[in-house]
Amino acid sequence: MSSAQIDIQLIAIAVAVACALPGVFLVLRRMALLSDAISHAILLGIVLAFFVVEDLASPFLIVAAAATGVLTVALVELLNRTRLVKEDAAIGLVFPVLFSIGVILISRFAGDIHLDTDAVLLGELAFAPFDRFEILGMDVGPKALWLMGGIGLINLIVIVVFFKELKLATFDAGLAAALGFSPTVIHYLLMVQISVTAVGAFDAVGSILVVALMIAPPAAAYMLTDSLKRMIAYSALIGAGSAIAGYWAAHMLDISIAGSMATVVGVAFFLAVLLAPHRGIVAKLRRRTRQRWDFAIAMLAIHLFNHEDTPEADTECRRDHLTDHLNWDENLADQVVDLATRRELIRDESGLLKLTDRGRERAKEAIVNWMPAGTRM
Amino acid sequence: MDLLAVLNDLVYDYTLRTVALGSALLGTVSGALGSFAVLRRQSMLGDAISHTALPGIALAFLITGSRLPLVLMAGAALAGWIGTLIVMYVVRNTRVKQDSALGMILAVFFGFGLVVLSYVQRLPSAGKAGLDKFLFGQASALMSRDVWTMFGVGLIAIIILVLFWKEFKLLSFDPEYGVSLGFKMRFVDILLTTLLVAAIVIGLQTVGVVLMSAMVVAPAAAARQWTDRLGVMVALSALFGALAGISGAVISSFMANLPTGPTIVLCISAIVVFSMLLAPNRGLAYNWLRTLRRKRQIQTDSVLLDLHELAAQHEDHRRPHSTATLQAMSRNPAAVARSLQELVERGLALEEKPELWTLTDQGESEAVVKLQDMGRTS
Repeated sequence: MSSAQIDIQLIAIAVAVACALPGVFLVLRRMALLSDAISHAILLGIVLAFFVVEDLASPFLIVAAAATGVLTVALVELLNRTRLVKEDAAIGLVFPVLFSIGVILISRFAGDIHLDTDAVLLGELAFAPFDRFEILGMDVGPKALWLMGGIGLINLIVIVVFFKELKLATFDAGLAAALGFSPTVIHYLLMVQISVTAVGAFDAVGSILVVALMIAPPAAAYMLTDSLKRMIAYSALIGAGSAIAGYWAAHMLDISIAGSMATVVGVAFFLAVLLAPHRGIVAKLRRRTRQRWDFAIAMLAIHLFNHEDTPEADTECRRDHLTDHLNWDENLADQVVDLATRRELIRDESGLLKLTDRGRERAKEAIVNWMPAGTRM
Repeated sequence: MDLLAVLNDLVYDYTLRTVALGSALLGTVSGALGSFAVLRRQSMLGDAISHTALPGIALAFLITGSRLPLVLMAGAALAGWIGTLIVMYVVRNTRVKQDSALGMILAVFFGFGLVVLSYVQRLPSAGKAGLDKFLFGQASALMSRDVWTMFGVGLIAIIILVLFWKEFKLLSFDPEYGVSLGFKMRFVDILLTTLLVAAIVIGLQTVGVVLMSAMVVAPAAAARQWTDRLGVMVALSALFGALAGISGAVISSFMANLPTGPTIVLCISAIVVFSMLLAPNRGLAYNWLRTLRRKRQIQTDSVLLDLHELAAQHEDHRRPHSTATLQAMSRNPAAVARSLQELVERGLALEEKPELWTLTDQGESEAVVKLQDMGRTS
């Protein structure tokens, strides 16, 4: 690995982690689409600030972008408050306007400035290591790494310091307000974080992929855990892992690094959706199948229990009669009987099915658990 | 720029005519179908669909090597459709909420689109393939075969919209009722979403994937302000969309370095602002003016009644009363003078001597009517 490669991966990790941290709260607060709106709208802030300072690395850009992000959120809320449009439409109305103004400004003055839309929208991580940060003439690493590392660190500090407030405002805004923590202040704190992170990251990964890195890792982590702390940790890990995997995929296929990172992060989400231990689709299907068999076995046990030691037991409890009495097809009946035999709940005495002691217990248990009170025998 | 010259060019200039027609088409179709997205609170679905279309466009080109609009549109539509179905599936089957699912799908698909684009651009045969114009749209590159394709797809979408009007209306306002009537609402939902996908795909080449969502949301949001009827809203929305499309295309073609997509978006946003301010009954400025007028009316009525009261208390009913007296009786003394002026103009009061006022016969009977309306008789 060349040092440029190491630098790129470090920057990618810094970007991914910095995005994932505030992203957790966006996902939990159901405001994921605000990150989409903000990351588009800050283009205007970046352009305007660039007109003034003419330097893409200026900290002034971050201030301007943060201001635009807050402006976006404030405009959305203003529209909301008129009650003329619903919240989703308000978001959908605001950011295209700000973004359009940004794009038009860039196009109109494209000749005069060194800033093009593709760069803002798409970013280019491959060039990031060559813009070095120097202190007193000493090369201390790529600028982007310091920038995103710094933003990531600030995000972490904010979350650690305001953990209680963020948690409260996220899960019970009413209680937070009653206890004197203004949900509005917390809300805007988060929005400033999102804006600053987005503007720091756009250079490397572009403003749209920021959204992928902000939403996908927390959404994947959300599938894996119920604990806020763990969700934050998992998000950061998933983000960082996707960053590295994305880089290597891009390196091997010679494709866009940022796009590749976004794709991997998407794949990570779908793996989580499919394979998450409790909530994943596969786990759900397996649970449902197991419940279906458990239920069938319990039905069989109850059936046998009801007719045990009665005159009609000879016909009711015959293996080949289950199809009539329980309305099962033969295949299913065979499978259920086999499974119940293997679990030692019933015995097959030359075609006549008998409950074992355990089977009898199971039948009683099932009757008590499932029969509505009043119909119990 | 001269309006006549613009009109002349619109008719005779091939490029401008094509561009304007294309933009009008996209505005009409996305406006009409966007109405349903906005009413169903799915505004951001348009954003998701248009972003997810990008990999479809790139893959369609990569696989077929063709730049035919129908091929690229089919790819875009397929990708947009898959993206939407994934969102629906994730929302229905996992704890992940709609906003996260939408935001993630749009960003991840877009990222994947960039991956494919970066791959395509390395192919020696492809050159740049002109695919990057799909980011922000490039109306000036529209050709008549593009417009014909847009027209075909749009026409089919509108015809289906008309045929399933009743079902879509049900879906938008009371899907449970629809289920109880025996409609397959799940199917209706997917059909409507498919039409939305078609509407968005039509506009991608002109407006671009990033901003196409605005063409879904904005015309409908503007139209919503003017009416409470679905049919009127859809028609108005289509009209606004077309208007913004044409004006945006014209403006951007007459000024250098003005990309079409953003210009159209600013046009439609101007229509939204105008509607939100001035639409009757809902518009902010309209309501503000209405409130102001009502306040003034109440104020004038109260001065009228005060004069009536004074007349009743004096033996000489015709005896004039001073402005100061009326001001003392009023809750808003500063406005009394203006109210008196208005009463004089309407022939209800007279200024007998300077600053001394009395009711006319007409004013007297008007006051009696007012009191009767209020349930009090004098």
